[in-house]
Amino acid sequence: MNFETTIGLEVHIELKTHSKIFSPSPVAYGADPNANTNVIDWGYPGVLPTTNKGVVADGIIAALALHATVEKHTHFDRKNYFYPDNPKAYQITQSDKPIGHDGWVEIDVDGVKKKIGIAEMHIEEDAGKNTHERDYSYVDLNRQGTPLIEIVSKPDIASPAEAYAYLEALRQRIQFTGISDVKMEEGSMRVDVNISVRPVGQEKFGTKTELKNLNSFNYVQRGLEYEEQRQQQVLMSGGAVQQETRRFDEKTGETILMRVKAGADDYRYFPEPDLPALNISDDWIKELGDAMPEMPTKRRERYVNDLGLTDYDAMVITQTKEMSDFFDATVALKADPKMAANYLQGDVNAYLNEKQVDLQATKLTPANLAGMINLISDGTISSKMAKKVFKAITDGEEPKAYVEAHGLVQLSDPAKLQPIIDDVLSANPQSIEDFNNGKKRAVGFLVGQIMKQTHGQANPQVVNKLLMTALQQ
Amino acid sequence: MANRINREQVQHVAGLAKLEFTDAELDAFTPQLDDIIGMFETLSEVDTDGVDVTSNVSDQLNVMREDVADNWGQSAALLKNAPDAARGFIKVPAIIDESEDN
Repeated sequence: MNFETTIGLEVHIELKTHSKIFSPSPVAYGADPNANTNVIDWGYPGVLPTTNKGVVADGIIAALALHATVEKHTHFDRKNYFYPDNPKAYQITQSDKPIGHDGWVEIDVDGVKKKIGIAEMHIEEDAGKNTHERDYSYVDLNRQGTPLIEIVSKPDIASPAEAYAYLEALRQRIQFTGISDVKMEEGSMRVDVNISVRPVGQEKFGTKTELKNLNSFNYVQRGLEYEEQRQQQVLMSGGAVQQETRRFDEKTGETILMRVKAGADDYRYFPEPDLPALNISDDWIKELGDAMPEMPTKRRERYVNDLGLTDYDAMVITQTKEMSDFFDATVALKADPKMAANYLQGDVNAYLNEKQVDLQATKLTPANLAGMINLISDGTISSKMAKKVFKAITDGEEPKAYVEAHGLVQLSDPAKLQPIIDDVLSANPQSIEDFNNGKKRAVGFLVGQIMKQTHGQANPQVVNKLLMTALQQ
Repeated sequence: MANRINREQVQHVAGLAKLEFTDAELDAFTPQLDDIIGMFETLSEVDTDGVDVTSNVSDQLNVMREDVADNWGQSAALLKNAPDAARGFIKVPAIIDESEDN
């Protein structure tokens, strides 16, 4: 029996606003428990929420970034549930008029491009955080009221690999808008998934299961792969998939039953009476759209078509807006694009991984990287010398000044190199004979001797050329 | 009694609110809730043909504040009002984690 898979993803993205969505309390991390809370966050009787304009703006930006239609007559709704992290006993969210709907992102899996539809996206408040100990639980409401955008996919995702690609495309586009850090490891991006399988040709979707505890894109893909297989096996052995929530076990790569879902959730949504509705003007949408930075897909096209980078290079450079901006600025300073891309992917990424920092937190500047690359391009330094220069520019040094101060100037002048080559040749008649007898390795030895004489400063290309000319005479 | 709501539905709604009722209470509340729903049903007597659906009864629109953070410094006072607190947290009886998905 052949099966087809349907995957749905709900992605929560935490916004980087200064204040909460309905109260002016700061949105900040690492504060003491409950330090960033006020009477509104605690849901005290008689308090009134006020909508943060920045959150609505971010919602519009997200909708534009994901090719969605902005809902011009939007409002908030109450979603009712009782839990200690939710002091009002309802969450203010959007249900029937979400801020954006019918968007899409393009994914690329093994060279096959596909559009994945986005049903809707809405703005809402996050809940507080519970910590559980033996006899008591402890509630911190700092996160209560932190603004979120929830993005709900259409049932277009047909494989775990597509789910991974969708998350990556979503993360990149949101990251480029600057409205969120979108980091799963820091909780500013959270993913809930559901998956069902059905025999090919069956019209009705299969029964879906939900997966929890997926803390990285990799785990999302692995959890879905496991679940896809498990559901197929259940169906092939004549069983029925139960509607249930399962937990992904990072150690075994398996999913484990958490709880069986009984019926639909009963949230009793109704329009939020404490917040006036919003009418979003075309002018505001245009203003926000005009201020948006160029999206990663556009940049990749430019890098490949105008600058001659490979698809792979373009993809790596557009992982984050910071990296892509850095690349653009470096190339604007006349650095060779291919070399700039190589340095960013190689030495720069290695440096960032080693120091565990983001690019913008380092002393590296586009001006200094471009300066170093230009010194390589014009032959002033060799790529080997550039290793030292690279280390210097990570400390914020200016490459030209560093090269001059440390005498790191490549010897490229044939008039200066020729006498050294002649000396080395007359000192090694055996090597010349070896070369004449067809032993090409002799060249390597002679180059090594010349590099030694010049303390590594000879330009290898020029040395090779001069040496071959001399040997073939 | 008009039977707009039955005993099981009352029990279900109570469950959503984490409330437990005795049989006697269910017997008492069911007709009361039924009456309340009946009262709201009078609203459906109003002719709303040609009237747009509304989500809000106030005539205000686009009430928003700028995204400026302001810590009102109320956490100590708020914690004093909590039934119990420890190390800056609100202390509550142990709960099993069934966090909502928002």
